[in-house]
Amino acid sequence: MPVITYRDALGAAIREEMQRDDRVFLMGEEVAVYQGAYKVSKGFLQEFGEMRVVDTPITELGFAGVGVGAAMVGLRPVIEFMTWNFALLALDQVVNAAAKMLYMSGGQYKMPIVFRGPNGAALQLSAQHSQAWESWLAHIPGLKVIAPGTPYDAKGLLKSAIRDDNPVCVLEGEMLYNTKGEVPDEEYLIPLGKAELKREGEHCSIITHGKMVLVALQAADQLAKEGINIDVVDLRTIRPMDVEAIGESVKKTNRAVVLEEGWEMCGVGAQVVDYIQRDCFDYLDAPVVRVHQADTPMPYAKGLEKAAKPDLPKAIAAVRKVMYLD
Amino acid sequence: MATKVFMEALSPTMEEGRLVKWLKNEGDTVKSGEALAEVETDKAIMELVARGDGVLRKRLINEGDTAPVGTLAGVIATADENIDALVAGAGAPAPAAGAPTPEKVVATQQETAGASSIPRRAEESQGEASTPPQQKVAATPPASPGGGPAAPAPSGGNIQPPTGDVRSSPLARRLASERGLDLHSVQGSGPNGRIIKRDIEAAAAAGAAAPSAAAVTPSAPVIPREGDYHDEPLTSIRKTIARRLGESIGPIPTFYLTAEFDLTRVMEMRKAMTELGDQFKVSVNDVLLKATAVALSQHPEVNAHWLNDKIRYHNRVHLGMAVATDDGLIVPVIWDADRKRMSEISREAKELAKRARERKLKPEEFTGSTFSVSNLGMFGIDQFTAIINPPEAGILAIGTSEEKLVVVNGEPVVRSRVRVTMSCDHRIIDGAVGAKFLQTLRRLIENPLMLVY
Repeated sequence: MPVITYRDALGAAIREEMQRDDRVFLMGEEVAVYQGAYKVSKGFLQEFGEMRVVDTPITELGFAGVGVGAAMVGLRPVIEFMTWNFALLALDQVVNAAAKMLYMSGGQYKMPIVFRGPNGAALQLSAQHSQAWESWLAHIPGLKVIAPGTPYDAKGLLKSAIRDDNPVCVLEGEMLYNTKGEVPDEEYLIPLGKAELKREGEHCSIITHGKMVLVALQAADQLAKEGINIDVVDLRTIRPMDVEAIGESVKKTNRAVVLEEGWEMCGVGAQVVDYIQRDCFDYLDAPVVRVHQADTPMPYAKGLEKAAKPDLPKAIAAVRKVMYLD
Repeated sequence: MATKVFMEALSPTMEEGRLVKWLKNEGDTVKSGEALAEVETDKAIMELVARGDGVLRKRLINEGDTAPVGTLAGVIATADENIDALVAGAGAPAPAAGAPTPEKVVATQQETAGASSIPRRAEESQGEASTPPQQKVAATPPASPGGGPAAPAPSGGNIQPPTGDVRSSPLARRLASERGLDLHSVQGSGPNGRIIKRDIEAAAAAGAAAPSAAAVTPSAPVIPREGDYHDEPLTSIRKTIARRLGESIGPIPTFYLTAEFDLTRVMEMRKAMTELGDQFKVSVNDVLLKATAVALSQHPEVNAHWLNDKIRYHNRVHLGMAVATDDGLIVPVIWDADRKRMSEISREAKELAKRARERKLKPEEFTGSTFSVSNLGMFGIDQFTAIINPPEAGILAIGTSEEKLVVVNGEPVVRSRVRVTMSCDHRIIDGAVGAKFLQTLRRLIENPLMLVY
């Protein structure tokens, strides 16, 4: 099976959907002539022309709104944000227009739109450009939120997102674009709302998504050397969340660590823990432990940034804690 | 014409009485109104009086025995009258319809005790309507099945484990219950000794064949031997406390408001009064009683009774004050406390407490309170919550008054302070209503000169 990068997997997903359905178009800053800030749309302008690959001014609210309007009249826009940090400016369109259109129009307008871009911290981009937004977006009824952690998932999920008639926010990762993985040549789709068990183990569950999936897998590798086998549950979709997959894993292992990039307060992990206490109370052998970013704006200084981010040592420490090993 | 002597309802809440002592012998001539016997009611020792003239022909209750209200206690008749038929009916309480005497007594009692008292006959006591009073008297503390001293609970796999102070994970609890393991028998290996799955599995592996053996732990109670303890039958007052307070904590939706009052001016006032002579001496408690009574007169919404289908707001303030006696709690009442002078309250409080301890209170002296106060300050209790004395709407629990460092105008100063906690029946008093009452009380206690206004 071919091994490709996460960036190329995303590009392939959009390209295939644009070839398959001419209502699909890509719009955002630097997507056309520059071929994407992260080169996801490499070769798109030549292949599809400037009607379907549209460069915009630096006006997030504006082009998100154009996308919403296009979706209302039957097109299927893919809106690229250079980063979700910039998408803050567009949240009125995302939250108040896209997420509510079907509801407030009494079902008259579908909203087949995709908002995508890198999410979370990269390296030393400082406080304003190092934020994970999934809990903000997942809070909103009407939105779907996906956070693929591997090239395979990125392609399969993004294709499903483009075909979905509801607004879908795709949280990618700057540090993920260069990661590689097996992606088949033949077409496949991954349904939204389905988690995947990325690693099977009986001692403890790590429930995670997005970039942290790689950290969880590394933790599982290391802990396996000590004889501790981890169930790694990759949520893949934050909303709607695959509650059954969480329950199945925790009922098997009786212990859980919830790992995420974002902050603790009202984070995705808080929601996961809530599901666990509701559905798995009688199966818990230890309190659930969460791993997340420190409760502070992301520091710029390299050492401080490392200290603030959730990482491999923190994930391993959390597992040891929940296993009562320390 | 013979006169029956019944065990009468000598207090509004009395359901049974213990005949302490006969004051007349069989064959003695008695006159109507003359005391026949001393009876211990749920509150006090009272006299059972003759309701007719004649000779006390028969005493039907032995000294020391307890009998329900309405039980035939004796017969007064002429010396030669045949009373066999009357005596034959003894031993059972008079049927409800055929017992005019106790009813009449109850009615009289109600008049003297104030309209708030709710008389209750044994047959009508709630929740016990089907239990014959006779059996109730005979019922002793639950005996073990074998009749001997309390045996340890039979061991077996299906006994619900006591969960008291055992720390365990939810999973461990579920597994233990599935396997019939007593969590008390399992050593926990988790944080703070928490029992977790692996401990259950280890215990199950170790004692799979004998869960009953595992149930015996060092903390299991030793079979008590005679001499280690002494049993005392419940006195009427203890029974009443249990029943009444059980009634209270159950159906009464209670909430609590605590406030700390500054006693500086109360202390100044007491000192000034004491300097005028011993006859002007008042205690802090006297001031608090007076202040509470005055506050109640300004807050009739707190001075109320819950009467199931209505709330009765009282215009008069009859302040109950909880008094500890050797036998238990009793709440004598200072009638119209808001209209009495501090000196009167002081004298009356002292006198009532004294007679309560001697068990000499008359029924009208411990019934009819509209609101109560309980003070454990003399025991050094900082603050506590008191249980409402139904049907009252609230009770005020007063803690110890002590010197404390407090901040006044940004400066630390030593002040005399007292903490009070008001228990409120939420069916009558809402949070803000209670709080406003305490606000008034604070104003009065922190400015005691207002009490003379």
